[in-house]
Parts: sequence; C-alpha cells; structure tokens
Amino acid sequence: MEVPILKQGDYLIASIQAALSDEDLLKLRDELADRVGRFRSRGVIVDVTVVDVMDSFASRTLRTTAHMLRLRGAETVIVGIQPEVAFAMVQLGLTLEGVTTMLDLEEGLTFLDQQKKRRAKRAK
Amino acid sequence: MKTATEVQVSIRSDTDIVIARQQARSFAAQLGFSGTDLTIIATAVSEMARNIVIYAGNGEITIEAAQDGAQKGICVIARDRGPGISDVARAMEDGYSTVGSLGLGLPGTKRLVDEFHVVSKVGEGTTVTIKKWRR
Repeated sequence: MEVPILKQGDYLIASIQAALSDEDLLKLRDELADRVGRFRSRGVIVDVTVVDVMDSFASRTLRTTAHMLRLRGAETVIVGIQPEVAFAMVQLGLTLEGVTTMLDLEEGLTFLDQQKKRRAKRAK
Repeated sequence: MKTATEVQVSIRSDTDIVIARQQARSFAAQLGFSGTDLTIIATAVSEMARNIVIYAGNGEITIEAAQDGAQKGICVIARDRGPGISDVARAMEDGYSTVGSLGLGLPGTKRLVDEFHVVSKVGEGTTVTIKKWRR
C-alpha cells in the first residue's frame, strides 16, 4: 500500500491511508527524503490518523524519517496519533523523542507556518 | 454469528505481521473487547509477530479465547523453531537487543498484557504466550 504524498507550496503532506507493512514504511521514508530535495520542501506532515497500531518498528521508522528530513532541511510533524494508539505507545516505551507531534493536520500546518516565519525573521 | 474458536496465522514476512495484528483485533472484538484494549492487543501481537520475523524467520501465531474461572479474555501464542533465547531474563530487559533494534519488543509486550510467559530452548525455538482479560 503506497502512501500518497501531496505537495502544497513549501510543504509535503503524506497521509497514510491503510495499514502499512514494514516495507511500505521504509518506502515512505525514502520517498520523502527524495521529494524534499526535488521540491526543496521546508516542511513535511505525516498524517497517521487512520493508523491503528504503532509498534516499535513503525515508531522507529517515523523517528528516523523525521531526523533524516531535518538533516535535509525540512521540519517534520507527525499528526493524528489516536488516543488509544498513544496509550499503547507509552506502555511499549515508544515516545518519538525529538520528533514534533501535533493533534491534527490543521495544527501541523500552523506549526510549520510559524516555523517559516521564525526562519524568515532570523534571515533578515 | 458464531465465533471461531481459534485463529492461526503463519508468519513468514513483514506483511504477515500486519495480517496477524488485524486478525487479533477482529478476534478480540468478537470476544467483546473494545476501544483501547483492541489497540493494545493488536500492538502486542504486532511485536510478537515481529520477534518471529526478526529472530526465527518464520513461525506461527495462534489466537484463542481464554477463560479462568469467571475471567474471560484472549490468549495469543507465538511459536517458532528459531535459534531460541539463551538468556530469557536478559531479553526481558528494556533496551537489550542482539540485532540493533530498540530492544522494547518483549518487555514492552509484557507491559501491554495481563499475563506473559516465555519458554525458550536454544536450538529449538521460542514460545511466547500472552493473555489479556476483559475488564
């Protein structure tokens, strides 16, 4: 199951549509790293609203992806972690340390816009 | 609808991990589990299936109803004929891994469920059994 990645201005939005295998997750990571370069994106949102299980592999891969993309110059925000998924993650000891998470797509976009403004101010 | 008494999923690749956790979720729903518990059971099964793929290459997951007196719940057994675990106590420590993973698989799974049991023999394989009771 491939994850569709939409380009919206400076941002990329990947919304996971169905249960992903390990291989699908790795493909998403590589695809995002590639497109961030191709489109010179400054921000990436990964929407996991429909994800019903976030196990150790999925967590680790999302974390790696966020860190990789930061090294490529784009800020990543994970949005839409469901309450019961969050509970299971905490029990497992998965905290997505060093990764920005927001409630939903709207909050994620607001966050990226604020980051952009901050960056622009610094550049002046 | 009649509930199946047992579901078996053979685990050979990463896509079987997804199948196993989906089967576990729907079986648990049939047993009357809901909401957070369904997610917890599916997540535990995902970790158990992942351990099979990583350490043994292949094996199987059996999902069945569990009963203990008045308590009703679900029992999941992950069986493989892989290399086995030489030091089970060590494998149950957070952050201990022989393959460079996070090392949260077994100890993490234990935190998710009510009962957790590992039997392993080097050279013969590993069986992990978990139970979760309905609240």
